[in-house]
Amino acid sequence: MSEIRVLSPGLQTTVQDLGRFGWAHFGISASGAADAFALRAGNLLVGNAENAAAVEMTLMGAAFEFEANTVIALTGSDFAAGLPLWTPVEMKAGQTLRCGPSRSGARCYLCVRGGIGVPKSMGSASTHVITGVGGRPLRAGDLLPIGTDAIRRPRRAPQDILPVGDGPLRVTDGPQAESFTGEFYRSAYIVSEESNRMGLRLRGPALASAAGHMLTEGAPLGAVQVPPDGQPIILFVEHQTTGGYPKPANVISADFRRLGQLRPRDPVTFERVTIEQALRLLQQQEHWLYGL
Amino acid sequence: MTIRPASDRSLHVSFGDRIDAASYAAVARLTHGLLGAREVLNLHPAYASVLIDFDPRRYTHERIEALVHACLAGPPPAGQEPRHVEIAVKFGGESGPDLEDVARHTGLSPEGVIERFTAAVYEVYFVGFSTCFPYLGGLPAELATPRLSAPRKHVPEGSVAIGGPQAGVYPLASPGGWRLIGHTPLRLFDPQSVPPPLLRMGDRVRFVAEASR
Repeated sequence: MSEIRVLSPGLQTTVQDLGRFGWAHFGISASGAADAFALRAGNLLVGNAENAAAVEMTLMGAAFEFEANTVIALTGSDFAAGLPLWTPVEMKAGQTLRCGPSRSGARCYLCVRGGIGVPKSMGSASTHVITGVGGRPLRAGDLLPIGTDAIRRPRRAPQDILPVGDGPLRVTDGPQAESFTGEFYRSAYIVSEESNRMGLRLRGPALASAAGHMLTEGAPLGAVQVPPDGQPIILFVEHQTTGGYPKPANVISADFRRLGQLRPRDPVTFERVTIEQALRLLQQQEHWLYGL
Repeated sequence: MTIRPASDRSLHVSFGDRIDAASYAAVARLTHGLLGAREVLNLHPAYASVLIDFDPRRYTHERIEALVHACLAGPPPAGQEPRHVEIAVKFGGESGPDLEDVARHTGLSPEGVIERFTAAVYEVYFVGFSTCFPYLGGLPAELATPRLSAPRKHVPEGSVAIGGPQAGVYPLASPGGWRLIGHTPLRLFDPQSVPPPLLRMGDRVRFVAEASR
């Protein structure tokens, strides 16, 4: 089985798939790719099952050397690798891929034909960085085995890329929506430097809540929670499974890919949509993916 | 019972806003009944609510809601046998920097706090927060102590703590606002091993004082 050698690890480079499900009642969130749309697209392009493990790079890319001829696709943001994005490309044995700093969003995915064949932990290859479940971020010298997840021929590059979008983040009502005023939808925020895969911390006008003390309850992916200081936090892929802060809104599934591409200092506003609208937007995204 | 979407891919089922035996029984029943259901991606039980995650490309909120009603109307599922777990704790000093504060707040001596804390039998109401954190019911009412006004940035792994009317053990080093009264060397969570973790919903816990302060 051939391998990929990590020459330099970038800022935070991890192995991810679509996540680890069925463990939230033990306090373990799904983790998985921060931009699952980009990971799925990359896998489809190289002919993999869409849940195959790939490499997620954050803000600053990594460098890799390929031991054997390998079909790859880079998806997500442009990390100045000198290769076309969203396009299957064959790397030759001994060839090096060097990714640089991002020119667009926060994350770029390296998907390889066959997938990354690391051992699974609780049914998933994804790294839960904060707890260490599934491993740790990559280091120089690590060897990534290529797996056996190729299920058909690589695809042709799509003619149009579905843009990640830059308007307001679309949200549906959260469980405590009625405890907040419309101020939430009029306020402009920026993404704080303290954001990570656990949560996107926003800075801006402090939100007041009439929720008062509430019992700890379950918290889903994309929940906007407002702690006592009024600065919202969007719970992300490595989120806590329960929490006691009120939640005015929840980012829609179709905009999760945008969460994965938000960078520190990016502006954020919110727009309220219905569940029906949210599901239609998700359908459009799925339609594009399955057109690959 | 109130049921409402928490997001476009999850349903929030609430049995009230109090910690009491009836709500908790409903939580336990729904959780055990839905574990392994093909429609369910993840379950987040809590004191009086269950959050259910599902794949919105395959299922609707209505379908999941029907599943909830069917589960609660059916015969109670066979829950797991509760296990009885003893947790050895070193109380006070560096192991429990807030023991003196808890004593002051409760009007007891530190020894009195330890005596009452170790005499009680706790039930794991649910496991959540950040990785295998057991929320324990059964803290003697006289030991309830408010959380710190500003959370600590670093609570060591294995810290045994009181937060309001609840008790808990920190499975990993993390930030936290509960009052730390002791420390256990027992590992509640090991990233290399496969769950279930040491403590599961419904398990009974006793704390045993390891050595005097």
